[in-house]
Amino acid sequence: MEKFVRLTAKACPFNLPNINTDQILPGRYLKLPRSAGLGAVLFSDLRRDADGRRRPDFPLNQPLWRDARILVAGRNFGGGSSREAAVYALYDAGFRCVIAPSFGDIFAQNAVKNGLLAAVLTEADVSELDSAIAADPELPVTVDLERQTIARGNRSFAFAIDPVSRNQLLNGWDDIDLTDSYRGQIAAFTAADRARRPWARPAQS
Amino acid sequence: MTRMNEPQTLIDKLWSAHEIVRREDGAALLWVDRHYVHEGSFHAFSQPKARGRALAEPGLTFAVADHYVPTRGRDRVIADQEIKAIVDNLTANTSANGIKLFGLGDPRQGIVHVVGPEQGLTTPGLLIVCGDSHTSTHGAFGAYAFGIGASEVAHVLMTQTLWQKKPKRMRITIAGKTGAGIAAKDIALAIIARIGADGAQGHAVEFAGSAITALSMEGRMTLCNMSIEAGGRCGSVAPDATTFAYLKDRPYVPQGAAFERAVEAWSALTSDPAATFDREVALDAETIAPIVTWGTTPDDALPIDGRAPDPARERDPVRAQYVRDALDYMDIAPGKKLTEIAIDRAFIGSCTNARIEDLRAAAAVLAGRVSKVPGLVAPGSSLVKRQAEEEGLDRIFRDAGLEWGEAGCSMCLGLNGDIVSPGERCASTTNRNFRGRQGPGARTHLMSPAMVAAAAVSGHLADVRPLLAGRKV
Repeated sequence: MEKFVRLTAKACPFNLPNINTDQILPGRYLKLPRSAGLGAVLFSDLRRDADGRRRPDFPLNQPLWRDARILVAGRNFGGGSSREAAVYALYDAGFRCVIAPSFGDIFAQNAVKNGLLAAVLTEADVSELDSAIAADPELPVTVDLERQTIARGNRSFAFAIDPVSRNQLLNGWDDIDLTDSYRGQIAAFTAADRARRPWARPAQS
Repeated sequence: MTRMNEPQTLIDKLWSAHEIVRREDGAALLWVDRHYVHEGSFHAFSQPKARGRALAEPGLTFAVADHYVPTRGRDRVIADQEIKAIVDNLTANTSANGIKLFGLGDPRQGIVHVVGPEQGLTTPGLLIVCGDSHTSTHGAFGAYAFGIGASEVAHVLMTQTLWQKKPKRMRITIAGKTGAGIAAKDIALAIIARIGADGAQGHAVEFAGSAITALSMEGRMTLCNMSIEAGGRCGSVAPDATTFAYLKDRPYVPQGAAFERAVEAWSALTSDPAATFDREVALDAETIAPIVTWGTTPDDALPIDGRAPDPARERDPVRAQYVRDALDYMDIAPGKKLTEIAIDRAFIGSCTNARIEDLRAAAAVLAGRVSKVPGLVAPGSSLVKRQAEEEGLDRIFRDAGLEWGEAGCSMCLGLNGDIVSPGERCASTTNRNFRGRQGPGARTHLMSPAMVAAAAVSGHLADVRPLLAGRKV
């Protein structure tokens, strides 16, 4: 997994609440393999009208945000379905960080596993950031995971992230390697557990 | 960390029984008792293959074909090549890895969250995961069950464990007795309307109170299923006599004396009286009316005798804009009476509401009546289908003019091609009224199976209660 330590990039404001994973990646694209790259279908139904034409008012359709790598989103971003492909679509479209007042739990977990930072700012800070970006869209935003700050010009915001996700992103840890280092504990647990909870195994295979 | 002898909640007990290690940063490595996979899990299977690793415990993973399977023409080969490839892929992945599959053609096939409990694979005290957010359903048995993404599915396949941070604990208590015609779905929507679509974010939820213990297992599953629609990490109900009676003699549960010993252990899985929660919410069962959604998130839910909101009356401009957009998408005039909203289609199905009790509730309304709109009934499993046919429910649906399909996720998310056409309005027993969820441009109103039946025979959203007068339900 790619590490995330610090990123300076354009931040695209997209402040709508409850953008669930069905909006990020509609279900009909779930059968696409990752190798196909899912960036082109990110926000597909929000981005295009019923006839497939790009909606000019959708931020990501505007040339200004073509090179944005940070998304400033609304409350409860990524709620709903557990589809990890929603994260793939954001990542494949070039995003490395989403800033929002809150995230769907499963989405946030999926984000970490793919090197996408889900940074939590208060509603007030998100609004302030949005207004500042609207006033001067070209000025880049710097997200520093070590210091847990989001800086733009002279203004700096402190963001929240749980320490587990922070560690994983900073180190680019591979979960499997990490888990393998606990093999002894896992074996000891399962041995004791079989005696403690004999009913926990299926009665047939 | 919970100290010895400190009063514990059900959630604490379930968590601590699965904790292998806990790191300094709070991440815990948890043991996974049951892992369910489906056709959509194909992303995950590529990872052990790429690493050249065998599965850690293939005997604890069970597969079902549900997300993409056809609900019509099961006897024929799947015509859509992409869909056929995905279904075949599950067969190949499970057989290559020694995983038990309830595939197309198996008499036990069905939606993963119906099949697991039905087979007795889901029991109290287990930690259950699946690459599907509605895995919260299994918490109805006093299991700790939650949805995960593809990377975590791959991790479970390779290690039978998962890294998690312990969520906060929330108890939602529903005291009292619900009125006639009120279903578990109404309770679920009432809760979501109260706390919001993200109201339980970061929390594991326990449902408690007399209205919850009075629910059947089917009702508890509907409730726990919908806990993700309130943003919850998982939902749970403490196991009791209803739970044990449901599980007894199911194929995969311990049998005979072993079952009795299991029941003894499971009976301890309740929150201690003095245990405290991070958050408590209480609702009065008597105040819960039949509920429908009007907008594009499940918390856009109102009693059927209400009116759609009016953005002009919203004080918060952000909220006003949201309401305007949602009404616009749904093509509903501000302030319109909900019972005046005409529907184009009905769908009874999904992991939320396609169990036998759900089908009986819908049939009780439909018997001797005709639906004014086309509709599809997709049973939750092939066993539910068989039982419904034994009870003659399929005749009631067919006589009412509805289509009687095969078991699968079907029109809940339309992956198999069962979609609501653009602009069409569907009364649906499913779980998500998101934009485009049932197909691009589809308009979804969530409600209970009886309420979908009421809408179908009325041609518009309708209160089921008058339609139940004089009927045995």
